[in-house]
Amino acid sequence: MTTTTATSPVLEASGVTMRFGGLTAVRSVDLTVNSGEIVGLIGPNGAGKTTFFNCLTGLYIPTEGKVSYKGTVLPPKPHLVTNAGIARTFQNIRLFANMTVLENVLVGRHTRTKEGLWSALLRGPGFRKAETASRERAMELLEFIGLAHKADHLARNLPYGEQRKLEIARALASDPGLLLLDEPTAGMNPQETRATEELVFAIRDQGIAVLVIEHDMRFIFNLCDRVACLVQGEKLVEGTSDVVQGDERVVAAYLGTPFEGAPGDEEVAEVEAAETGTGAQSTTSKEGSAQ
Amino acid sequence: MTMTTTTQTTPTTPDTPRGLIPLPQSAARVLVALGAIGTIASAYMSWTWTSDFPGDLTYYGSPAGLQILALVAGVLTLLYALTRWNIRGLTWLNPAGATAPVFLAAASAFAVTWFSAIAIAVDLGGLANLDPGAYVAIVSSLVALLGALALPSPGDTFKAWISKPDNIPPAGRIPAWAERLVVTAATALGLIVFAYGVGVDPDASETFLGYLLLVVFGTWALITAGLTDRFSALNARHKGFATSMAFLAAALFPFVENNEHNANLGVNILVVATVALGLNIVVGLTGLLDLGYVAFLGVGAYAAALVSGSEFSRFSGVQFPFWAAMLTGMAASLVFGVLIGAPTLRLRGDYLAIVTLGFGEIFRISVNNLDGSSGPNLTNGPNGISMIPDLEIFGFNFGSTHDIGSVTIGRFANYLLLMLIITAIVVLVFTRAADSRIGRSWIAIREDETAATAMGINGFRVKLIAFALGASLAGLAGTVSAHVGYSVNPAPYQFAGSVPPNSAFLLAAVVLGGMGTVGGPILGATLLYLLPEKLSFLKEYQLFAFGLALVILMRFRPEGIIANRRRQLEFHEAEEPDIPDQSLPDTTVGATKAGA
Ligand SMILES: Nc1ncnc2c1ncn2[C@@H]1O[C@H](COP(=O)(O)OP(=O)(O)O)[C@@H](O)[C@H]1O
Ligand SMILES: [Mg+2]
Repeated sequence: MTTTTATSPVLEASGVTMRFGGLTAVRSVDLTVNSGEIVGLIGPNGAGKTTFFNCLTGLYIPTEGKVSYKGTVLPPKPHLVTNAGIARTFQNIRLFANMTVLENVLVGRHTRTKEGLWSALLRGPGFRKAETASRERAMELLEFIGLAHKADHLARNLPYGEQRKLEIARALASDPGLLLLDEPTAGMNPQETRATEELVFAIRDQGIAVLVIEHDMRFIFNLCDRVACLVQGEKLVEGTSDVVQGDERVVAAYLGTPFEGAPGDEEVAEVEAAETGTGAQSTTSKEGSAQ
Repeated sequence: MTMTTTTQTTPTTPDTPRGLIPLPQSAARVLVALGAIGTIASAYMSWTWTSDFPGDLTYYGSPAGLQILALVAGVLTLLYALTRWNIRGLTWLNPAGATAPVFLAAASAFAVTWFSAIAIAVDLGGLANLDPGAYVAIVSSLVALLGALALPSPGDTFKAWISKPDNIPPAGRIPAWAERLVVTAATALGLIVFAYGVGVDPDASETFLGYLLLVVFGTWALITAGLTDRFSALNARHKGFATSMAFLAAALFPFVENNEHNANLGVNILVVATVALGLNIVVGLTGLLDLGYVAFLGVGAYAAALVSGSEFSRFSGVQFPFWAAMLTGMAASLVFGVLIGAPTLRLRGDYLAIVTLGFGEIFRISVNNLDGSSGPNLTNGPNGISMIPDLEIFGFNFGSTHDIGSVTIGRFANYLLLMLIITAIVVLVFTRAADSRIGRSWIAIREDETAATAMGINGFRVKLIAFALGASLAGLAGTVSAHVGYSVNPAPYQFAGSVPPNSAFLLAAVVLGGMGTVGGPILGATLLYLLPEKLSFLKEYQLFAFGLALVILMRFRPEGIIANRRRQLEFHEAEEPDIPDQSLPDTTVGATKAGA
């Protein structure tokens, strides 16, 4: 793990714009994540947070703007982005459902190993060594997230909360410098949310910068050094938790124009997030669009 | 979910759970045993008076055709009946002392004898054609079946009579050499059973149908007795040994079944099985639906034919040694695979299927037209390249007969042994590739291509490797098949047809047998090749029968005959005992999901 000086930027996105036909899902967003930082990205549903993630990771080619990682501009190809050092999870869990827990993490090791077809066929000592090393690293990660005892279970059979954790382990397997988490606690109960908080801190302590989308405000404000709020594709505010928490525009964006007796919309948003999450889990989505 | 039937029945005092027929258990056992003995005895009597019926069942004292099958079924029933007396030395046959295997063994005898009697009556026109032996057979097997039904009922539903009980005791450990001996014996038994089936006269469809009945019911009985589970556990423990035994058994096939026609059948089966295994890399592991795969077999075959020295070849002066021809065939298929794959593999799902279908047809049509009149002369058009000389490797001529020990093996047996080596290579390639970084990325792509690319997998590159590897393996098989068949012509390399190596056939073999496994496509190809060959009345309805078989299988066993561990879990999750028990703190998740 490289220990970079405290404030060197890991991710710099400038002027990222994404249009789908007439719809501008993300409009000229700038965002910087420095090493050692946990940055939160909040905003109501449909604000364009996931789309922004997809632009960062090459799943979408941004209409305008550029994304650079540690000073080099990233090509808009998902596998090259991961190779450069950005790993992500998905809002709708996208594990390899019919592979075991261990195999899922091993797939995450893909960019950090090189063995091709020939070495697989010839099975030289190099192949065996690399394979053992991969397995060891994968087991380490499973140990880290607390799933080592389920290494041989199929990913699809894990409870929901563990599936989310496994997605994080799989992402960590690529030894990233920056981890993007898309609603990592959607559908989790309070204890699990707490545990995830600890997990994110532990990940940061390993020197990995984290950019996290969440609807759970307590989670976000506990965790993040900086928070940016996205509304209708535009970055509304960015600042420390206190600044964002107190900003009227953020409150208004989440609650709508306040009127008497409005129910706690924050909870409503949470519920919605949980539901989209669970709904997507049961459909093994194989279509091209990334969520 | 629906697994509540067992366990909560009455405690197992001997007589409490009565069978379907109210008889004391001891009487039921005796009935089964007597029925079984009767069935065995009937095999030594004449079943019909005329030798017109296939297999000639007219002799006293020497069983033939269907009678042999009845004899085997009778012995199986007798053995399983005896296991109900807890006879020492037989308990391994039925470790749980279950009723289901006894019932199924009796059902096999019943099915074989009644089918025979009905076939005789129908074929020869009337019951008058049945000799006393046939009556003894049908009565005895009926008695055995009724006796089995009077045995203690294994459950309330009919399903319990034909499914494996849950409480099979674990096998006692025996020394490793003994385990290997068991593996050897089981493999030998498999070889004998297979060789018998292949050896059935193609005109005796009746005998083959009887054989199928016996194999299906007999295997089923062994499954419900828990023997197949034990055998696969042994296989897993002695993997290398079991695999070499399987190949040794296949190599012994030409010696057991020493007859050129059957050896030819064996080679052809091996060719299609090998190609199906190659297709399994593309379809089963990577999840790419390739509907034009047979073209790669064609490319390999044509490449080998062109450099074989045949006088009909465009390069008739050129005769490569076999290793060079083999590499040429593989290389040609590889190039063709990359050429087709590079533009098409960027497509997903249905688009890829349609485009590969198109390319497959383009290959056949091109080959048809590269005859010098409608295009440059390369393939000799629809006439193909014939008179391909036999192979010669290290002075061993594959065209002539050779004496090995006291056995003379002929041309097709030579090729069978060669093809077996090729199959072994392909099996090795498949297993090694599947269990590696590249294999995992194939499966990841199959599972979720977007997530796979987000994990750093270059989807296009990895899919192209799978496609190219599959293509070159098919090309490799093609080089041998060109020599085996004396000639190559464009006709067989189509999408669907009545002659086996076509894309639909190969795909059906993979899907029927079990995607993503080694044994699946081999078994699938064997069955699909052998059945129409032996059941000549099926020939015209072959495609229809294919479709029907696929529909039935997809309904009852969507993971294929041989299930990949993963696919098995995927489709039968509720029945799988191995599901992680969720007694950990996470049990709250379900509630949160619903109510958060
Ligand atoms: N592939 C796409 N094609 C068209 N519209 C899209 C696509 N992906 C996202 N959108 C739209 O972009 C907007 C932002 O969506 P999203 O980024 O998922 O929001 P969030 O994650 O903030 O809830 C939504 O209106 C959504 O419908
Ligand atoms: Mg989102």
